[in-house]
Amino acid sequence: MSDSHQTKSATAHAAVDEHPVDFNKYVRLCAVIFVAVLCAVGAMIYISYLPMDHYSWAVKVALILGVATVNAFLVAGFLMHLLTEKKLIYTVLAFTVFFVTGLFVLTLYAMHDFPAGTQTH
Amino acid sequence: MEIPYNVQPRPDTGLYNSKLGIWLFLASEVMLFGGLFSAYILLRVGAEPGYWPHGWLDVRFGTLNTILLALSAITTLLAWVACKVGEFGKFKFFHACTIVLALTFLGVKMYEYHDKWIHYEIKLADGTFADGHMESAVYVDKSGKELESHSYRGNGFTEVTDGVTNSYQLASVTIDGRIVKDETLLYDLRSQKNIPRDPVTITADKITSMENYGPWHNTFLAIYFTLTGLHALHILGGTFVIGYMWGPGSKMWKTNREQFTNRIEVSGLFWHFVDLVWIFLFPVLYLT
Repeated sequence: MSDSHQTKSATAHAAVDEHPVDFNKYVRLCAVIFVAVLCAVGAMIYISYLPMDHYSWAVKVALILGVATVNAFLVAGFLMHLLTEKKLIYTVLAFTVFFVTGLFVLTLYAMHDFPAGTQTH
Repeated sequence: MEIPYNVQPRPDTGLYNSKLGIWLFLASEVMLFGGLFSAYILLRVGAEPGYWPHGWLDVRFGTLNTILLALSAITTLLAWVACKVGEFGKFKFFHACTIVLALTFLGVKMYEYHDKWIHYEIKLADGTFADGHMESAVYVDKSGKELESHSYRGNGFTEVTDGVTNSYQLASVTIDGRIVKDETLLYDLRSQKNIPRDPVTITADKITSMENYGPWHNTFLAIYFTLTGLHALHILGGTFVIGYMWGPGSKMWKTNREQFTNRIEVSGLFWHFVDLVWIFLFPVLYLT
């Protein structure tokens, strides 16, 4: 193996070992996340079967999507390490959130904006 | 040509290039699924009152698939951690688990698709509606010879046997389901308890039209198949990549361990994104 290759390999090792990881710690983290995901799924199903005469459809949808968002936060934050990511990735995601929010808002905004002559039920 | 910063992070971004690349790709994926979720909202809010389905999808299968994907996200992460701590055996085990879980997810999804494929809504001449899963269809040729098929083959078909061409016409269909007078009863299944399912035989002359629960049946099924089909394609693609990393691609472990570990991280990020999409698909399609 050439000297330059050895040097490069050693640097690479150093780069990976910057953040030493503990396997057992990750197993414990995964167990906690999995239980939390199960609870979130259970909560969503429970909410969806709540009687309609007590909870309106809009309230149920809002609650279910709220729980789904918490669930998504757990996956993105802990499993995708988004809680401890670099600034550039947050910047990319900030743009994404802006555009996707715009997409939803424009869709809702244009919901009843029919061209003239359109027949609606 | 060697691609720079494949292992070491770039000094200006603090990231190795493929990690930044996968995040940019995931950003575009968010827009792709975002557009389809917008379409879902548009179709749902614009649906005629009483004609948006409730309870058409089996929550048990949706829940099972949610658990399978959550488990696979965890095994993907543990496979990466195993690489980080240098335990190749554990990496192999956890990635194999991911592949098995992914294939099981696809199997469940295929079963659900098949269930919709053999489910028919039949409009009858008296204005009522028959709805249920296809049991069999009986066809007759010109001489009156009957042919029983376990799938619906249209109003008629031709078959060549021993050089002789026979034309068959539909005589009757038998479904496992029920007949209702009000079509809206077929849409809100959540509010009905103990829906009866019995074999119902309908002769061809009483059928005005019939259609299975494919994407063409209504806007709910169109967006359901589009969203879950695209998601399933992502699962399939991810499974190929993970399978490659587990199999032939794992040779890199011996030559460039760090780059291999980074590849596992990048493929894992994609897999977690696929899990994230399902986290929203499940409640939107199955529960609300």
